[in-house]
Amino acid sequence: MKLTKLLTAGVFTVVLGALSAPAQASEAGPTPPSVNWSFSGPFGKFDPQQLQRGFKVYREVCAACHSLKYVTFRNLAEPGGPLFTAGQVKALAAEYKVQDGPNDAGEMFERPGRPADHWPSPFPNDNAAAAANGGKAPPDLSLMAKARTYERGFPTFVFDMFTQFAEQGPDYIHALLTGYVEKPKDFNLPDGGTYNKYFPGHVIAMPKPINDGQVDYKGPDGKPQAPETVDQYAKDVAAFLMWTAEPKMEARKALGFRAIIFLILLAGLTYFAKKRIWKKLPDPA
Amino acid sequence: MEGHSVYVPKSGFTKWLEARLPIISLTHSSAVAYPVPRNLNYFWTFGAILTMMLVVQIVTGVVLAMHYVPNAKLAFASVEAIMRDVNFGWLLRYMHANGASMFFIAVYIHIFRGMYYGSYKAPREVLWILGVIIFLLMMATAFMGYVLPWGQMSFWGATVITNLFSAFDEIIPGVGTWIVTLLWGGFAVDNPTLNRFFALHYLLPFMLAGVVGLHIWALHHVGQNNPTGVEVKNICKDTVPFTPYATVKDAVGVVFFLILFAWFLFYIPNFMGHADNYIEANPSVTPAHIVPEWYFLPFYAILRAIPSKLGGVLAMFSAVLILAFLPWLDTSKVRSGNYRPVFRVFFWLFVAACVVLGWLGAKPAEGGYTLAAQILTVFYFSYFLIILPLLGLFETPRQLPGSIAEAVLAKKAKRAAPADASVNG
Repeated sequence: MKLTKLLTAGVFTVVLGALSAPAQASEAGPTPPSVNWSFSGPFGKFDPQQLQRGFKVYREVCAACHSLKYVTFRNLAEPGGPLFTAGQVKALAAEYKVQDGPNDAGEMFERPGRPADHWPSPFPNDNAAAAANGGKAPPDLSLMAKARTYERGFPTFVFDMFTQFAEQGPDYIHALLTGYVEKPKDFNLPDGGTYNKYFPGHVIAMPKPINDGQVDYKGPDGKPQAPETVDQYAKDVAAFLMWTAEPKMEARKALGFRAIIFLILLAGLTYFAKKRIWKKLPDPA
Repeated sequence: MEGHSVYVPKSGFTKWLEARLPIISLTHSSAVAYPVPRNLNYFWTFGAILTMMLVVQIVTGVVLAMHYVPNAKLAFASVEAIMRDVNFGWLLRYMHANGASMFFIAVYIHIFRGMYYGSYKAPREVLWILGVIIFLLMMATAFMGYVLPWGQMSFWGATVITNLFSAFDEIIPGVGTWIVTLLWGGFAVDNPTLNRFFALHYLLPFMLAGVVGLHIWALHHVGQNNPTGVEVKNICKDTVPFTPYATVKDAVGVVFFLILFAWFLFYIPNFMGHADNYIEANPSVTPAHIVPEWYFLPFYAILRAIPSKLGGVLAMFSAVLILAFLPWLDTSKVRSGNYRPVFRVFFWLFVAACVVLGWLGAKPAEGGYTLAAQILTVFYFSYFLIILPLLGLFETPRQLPGSIAEAVLAKKAKRAAPADASVNG
């Protein structure tokens, strides 16, 4: 009986092992380095300062081409986010012009933005975005941190279940933004493309979007709150995009902790209730 | 089956009701007095777990349907609105999406349990076939549900899978195309497809619930199988009343399963999904890899293992439908795998083959992967068509216990004196 089990387990392991070898060989491109995120793990929380910096990077750099259409101004003041004050959000929204209407005269009109408005897109529609960007519309960034991933491979993806690793998206965004390196000499780069170490196929339509020192991180005391480097910008904007993709993450993890504690207690009680009930059962003689 | 006790109405109202609609005595006989073999292990709690999951899916699904918009232009945004603006919408949606995966984890354990302990053998053939029908309905429901968020994998998954039916043109020209057009409601996957999939996704779970009712009815008529595979001979000695014994044991199984569910739901809610499905459907951009949900992967691997399209489609459907013939393919008189030394080895190899096929289904169909999938597909069908029929004729089973009670007492005695029991292993 034991022999059978061992034998089966052995066959199983050998088959899986043999199959996982070619899997790793066929995956091209380097794996994005793992960043130490504040929001990973069961007690992970967003760092509001980091989200505010990431928002600044998005607003000053990315927003020129990329929309953020599922995010509203009011979201920026909600719990579990960048925690801007309601006043800051109101003032920020008012800086933008939003199309509304039709009014009583049947005409569309422009008005200052309100906290309930969605983030205004840089182009009126996808075709306009494509026309202005060499034929391909820059993708919306609201869900980017969940819409991008990389192959974890066997057996890493099994371990991810236990370590709760779920940060492929931000890791990839950070890697992509820092992946604008010199192309290898023998690499044939088509016109209008830029070499990127981490982009699938290495040819990305987006030119290097950000450079060291481009976004001002100075606080009220006149000193930078964080390094003004591409690496830090990439981390901050990746964290910000994780929040835009998963704005209820903190509420989810907090509720999850309570739910699991409750369930473990309930499981213990139910198990001992079961033990007690079955103990009283007489032998079938 | 005759139960342990009979319900006798005592109050005036229950006597009045019992004479008109004996619903209390029905509940009593099927949920309280119903005799359950006393030797069931925790694998027998998956029926209760599956019932709970069906309820979870229907309840969350009905609420989600109140917020979801089945329109190709609005569906994706409506799902995002559920995630962002509906109170606890993220909880409902993650519960429903992960609930589907949990449903399949539980159903696969339930099916493998039935296969190991021979729960499909007479007189439980109809019970088993109803189970296969439930499995088919689950697969159809899950497939259509995955289309509803209208992401890239929804759209392209729907395109690939519905296109499979066009292979039937090779049998009768026109029939395949006709089926595909009917599924699409047009000439491509588009708004009419989404509309009809939504309607069917809402309808099928209720049909499923109906078949579950028949499944439980058949179960309560023939009685449960048990780890020895020996039928109940004496209700008093071999069984216990459902309540409290099975009720509390099922509750333990359900709560432990909920911990697993909560782990995925609250901490890694997108682990079982695809990143591409967070990109809105775009008919002009094809994703690099089109992969179905994990619970279809073994069948997807079988589909791709066959070089011809029609052959692949037939093999894939046969892989599920062959389960319905299992009661007649297994020729052994002994039910439980515990008493079938050779069967056990093949059974575990079969489980391993299904897992590896699932892994292969997620890999690109090329080179070594295809070859491995082909070998395992041959093994998959050989298990049903060659191994099980022959094993019953050639295998020498171990000595069966005289009754369930005897097996329970023997186990107790063995536990009391573990030293001499381990000698013979």
